[in-house]
Amino acid sequence: MQNLKALSYDLRKNVIDMIVEGKGGHIGGDMSVMDILVELYFEQMNISPENMDDPDRDRFVMSKGHSVEALYAVLAAKGFFPIEQVIKEFSKFGSKFIGHPNNKLPGIEMNSGSLGHGLPVCVGMALAGKMDERDYRVYTVMGDGELAEGSVWEGVMAAHQYKLDNLCAVVDRNRLQISGCTEDVMAHDSQEERWSSFGWHVISINGNDYKELKAAFDEAKTVKGAPTVIIANTVKGCGSSIMENKAGWHHKVPNAEEYAQIMKDLEAGKEAALHE
Amino acid sequence: MNKIPNRQAICEVLMEKAKEDKDIVVLCSDSRGSASLAPFANEYPKQFVEVGIAEQNLVSIAAGLAKCGKKPFAASPACFLSTRSYEQAKVDCAYSNTNVTLIGISGGISYGALGMSHHSAQDIAAMSAIPNMRVYLPSDRFQTAKLIEALLKDEKPAYIRVGRNPVEDVYTEESCPFEMDKATAITEGTDAAIIACGEMVGPAVKAAELLKAEGINAAVVDMYCVKPLDKEAIVKAAGNARLVVTAEEHAPFGGLGSMVSQVVARECPRKVVNLALPDAPVITGTSREVFDYYGLNADGIAKTIKENL
Ligand SMILES: Cc1ncc(C[n+]2csc(CCOP(=O)(O)OP(=O)(O)O)c2C)c(N)n1
Ligand SMILES: [Mg+2]
Repeated sequence: MQNLKALSYDLRKNVIDMIVEGKGGHIGGDMSVMDILVELYFEQMNISPENMDDPDRDRFVMSKGHSVEALYAVLAAKGFFPIEQVIKEFSKFGSKFIGHPNNKLPGIEMNSGSLGHGLPVCVGMALAGKMDERDYRVYTVMGDGELAEGSVWEGVMAAHQYKLDNLCAVVDRNRLQISGCTEDVMAHDSQEERWSSFGWHVISINGNDYKELKAAFDEAKTVKGAPTVIIANTVKGCGSSIMENKAGWHHKVPNAEEYAQIMKDLEAGKEAALHE
Repeated sequence: MNKIPNRQAICEVLMEKAKEDKDIVVLCSDSRGSASLAPFANEYPKQFVEVGIAEQNLVSIAAGLAKCGKKPFAASPACFLSTRSYEQAKVDCAYSNTNVTLIGISGGISYGALGMSHHSAQDIAAMSAIPNMRVYLPSDRFQTAKLIEALLKDEKPAYIRVGRNPVEDVYTEESCPFEMDKATAITEGTDAAIIACGEMVGPAVKAAELLKAEGINAAVVDMYCVKPLDKEAIVKAAGNARLVVTAEEHAPFGGLGSMVSQVVARECPRKVVNLALPDAPVITGTSREVFDYYGLNADGIAKTIKENL
């Protein structure tokens, strides 16, 4: 079996290179969400370049579209496009690799970037699956700051109303947004209580831990009659001490010195993962 | 080269006025950094409201504050403010006639490489179509400051759009003629009239200089007040010229070009050419690259005039 944790460090390095080369990117949220995406694409979802047109493929919507760099790295590792091309062209003049997901690229279903759209769109996808009696599953990843958008909660209600057990939402609960801690900007605790009061099955985990991620997604597949939310408690900037849990790294381009340190930290993380 | 973006000019005026006026309230939706309003939030925490990433909430809360005597300024990226909270702008601000100033930051294609979700090339059309909503696109930091001062003096809703990056000064500290809801005639000319707003005014002035060197006289009108549109200024400039060219950082429909064309067609018919962004997601790039690609620069404006005279 592939060592997903080790892979995630390589993909984080790809993200750093993209951001330095493209002179911009949402680095902190890329790092926190990486393990969720790797688990989904390499372990959970039946999505690959070969089955992109298969009506039974699982569906994924990157609701926190600003973390597109992490998605690009994962899609490249899945073979949708060469990583070298992404790193070279990201954000550059005329590029297809723009700063938010765009479905002109293979592997991307829905355009995003404006927060609070992913979950309601997934409700539609999950409803269609029920209507057509298909057994694909629908996944979305949201930011925790994103949950202040009212549209999220409209989708939450609809998913419960229609008993969408084929829908699994993930909250990248890194406790930070642009202006600081989520609890200072617009308090969210307790996520667990909020979602369960809306009738959702709630699983709370360490979202940077592959054992817990796998167990949570596996459990979600067994739930009948209700949608599942995974509250993935993560570390923003995960992988390098200089970025971890610092709001300032929401959107930042590392300088040469920071770049060297981050790459060193990521390499050390990979080494440790290989010897776990 | 000026390093102060218009959004920062807004913050400076609000901070100055808030010293005396405790009814000034600034609202942000996780946008205080991008709006350059963090200094205001730090200096006047009691006059600052953070609503989180919730633009609809932002605008309705501002309207409620206004109804109870506050003077709210709600700042969020123009792309979200003019679409996500469009109904709140229409019903709670314009229809209920509340004293809310909506500040659309990083407007137009400021967020060049972030894609269409982050572009607001429809905001002039959308906001102008709402009865009782005023729409302003100031051209430089000096004019922006004067506009905010003027808006503080009335009690009606308004939408302002500013860009993300600093723009070259059109005016100076000493000389920034400003009359509320009256366009500024920057130069006069009898060959062509260039009517521009926002970030296109600077390039329009440069285009007129380029043309002058070739013996073509172009008038430049800074139509910062897109609504209420200064029709008199249009008729005056267009009436003197053989050709009218409009320039705006907006979709080709429903913006300054459409509005100027309506006035010219009725009052002083002559050829009008509209320079705008395409009816398509714009090419990826910095705003400079995008402007250059679509000819929204001094050379592009000058070339258009020469081709159409
Ligand atoms: C509707 C909308 N409003 C504002 C933004 C600007 N924005 C981009 S990222 C971000 C912060 C997101 O915080 P969070 O959801 O916690 O994401 P993460 O911490 O995972 O990066 C904001 C406000 C946006 N993209 N969409
Ligand atoms: Mg967050």
